[in-house]
Amino acid sequence: MALFVQKDGRKPSPFAAALNIVLVCAVVTAVFWLSLAIIDIRFDFSFLPDYRKWVLRGFGTTVGVSVMSLVLSLLIGVLAAVGGSSRVLFLRYLCRGYVTVIRGTPLITQIYLFYYIIGTAWGIESRLLSGALILSVFEGAYICEIIRGSYLSIDETQLEAARAVGFNRSQTAKYVILPQMIARTVPALAGQFASIIKDSSLLSMIAVVELSQAFREISTSTFHLFEAYFTLGAIYLCLTLPISFASKRLERRFYYEN
Amino acid sequence: MRIELEDLSKTFDSGREVLRGVNFDDEVTSLAIIGPSGGGKSTLLRVIGGLLSPTSGSVRVDGREIVQDERHLTQYRREVGFVFQQGGLFHHMTGRENIIRPLVVVHGMGEKEAGRRADELLARFGLEEDAHKLPAALSGGQRQRIAIARAIAPGPRLLLLDEPTSALDPEYTTEVLDMINELSQSGIRFIIVTHEMGFARRACERAAFLYGGTILEYGSGRELFEAPKTKELGQFLGKMFEWQ
Repeated sequence: MALFVQKDGRKPSPFAAALNIVLVCAVVTAVFWLSLAIIDIRFDFSFLPDYRKWVLRGFGTTVGVSVMSLVLSLLIGVLAAVGGSSRVLFLRYLCRGYVTVIRGTPLITQIYLFYYIIGTAWGIESRLLSGALILSVFEGAYICEIIRGSYLSIDETQLEAARAVGFNRSQTAKYVILPQMIARTVPALAGQFASIIKDSSLLSMIAVVELSQAFREISTSTFHLFEAYFTLGAIYLCLTLPISFASKRLERRFYYEN
Repeated sequence: MRIELEDLSKTFDSGREVLRGVNFDDEVTSLAIIGPSGGGKSTLLRVIGGLLSPTSGSVRVDGREIVQDERHLTQYRREVGFVFQQGGLFHHMTGRENIIRPLVVVHGMGEKEAGRRADELLARFGLEEDAHKLPAALSGGQRQRIAIARAIAPGPRLLLLDEPTSALDPEYTTEVLDMINELSQSGIRFIIVTHEMGFARRACERAAFLYGGTILEYGSGRELFEAPKTKELGQFLGKMFEWQ
């Protein structure tokens, strides 16, 4: 039994872990393989090398837009978090309203609204730039909540202790609040970066040729629909898996409580 | 050090009145504040330490009134050491770093000098081996002893301890109380809020019994513990010693 069930409070042995991971892979593969066999589909990936330029360009666009959005949305998120707790009521309601509305509506609605109405009205013509901006506005609301959450999770006694040792406000911010917030925010931000990469696929709606749009075009010109989208999924995984791994590592590194 | 509390009251925003007209005027070398939970002990200690402002009344230390605005309070807090019941060490700094950082940032000491000061204190209390660990990796007793070392490192005029052993297992309580006693004998003045009656009685020159937001009795340990004048103190001591 020890090979398959974890005992209380003990880590599974490397052998048990490996065995079970292989089992999971085998079962999942079997289900798909069987399904394919039943409907009699054979995959043919031989067309891919011919389209490597499209793929590379889409890959570059996805990574570029995501990185740019990460930076911008971090900035927006920080501003919204600070503004949301401002004593200036206009600012406070603006920031809280922004977070509530953005989090409560689908990205696709925001893309259409911002691109076709606001973007057109203000003459932002680059699809890439608008795409990155829209994505940043969207992700900024989530990052705002991450930042707000990590601020709220700071222990009251830590702040009192900061006052007790004689730190003034800015010293408290620099030596206590910021280091503790960064420890809590960075792992979550890494996770959010993975979301940004996936969410960027929706920018294909305004004809930004990022990865998923590239593969949509490949699939329509080759008729290899499944192969194209499976490859697309695999590329996204290659991007997001290392990030979630890094996020877990960061979490462990910064985990200094208890 | 002379401490004068004049008609000190504190009502929290919730409307709870915790201190009601506390009066006190005496030289303090070592003072224990005892009394039932919810009697206002911790609140009183925070007001004396400049961490909380009273709703009304005044605090004077050596004849100088503590001005209740943030700038003056920050200055005042730098002259006083404060130890919390628990969780007072900064989680993200090692024990040693917890001592050094305030010395450098607040007291303008050089990094090296602060390091020497920290090492000297850590060695004195047998903590040098564990001081490079984060608080989470230390025992409760070690955490509190480092917190005390941090509080006394800048050489404060007064050390304030808010139930420093209440969150500890009995085995760690003694090591913390021993340390406070040793400091006291080396001339450090302190006020401690505590439920350790033996310590209040034997290691503190004076004791104050805080009940219902006022000081009901004040005197030497002997006076309070052997001949309580009020029914409330009698009952409180009866409960405290019931199983001893």
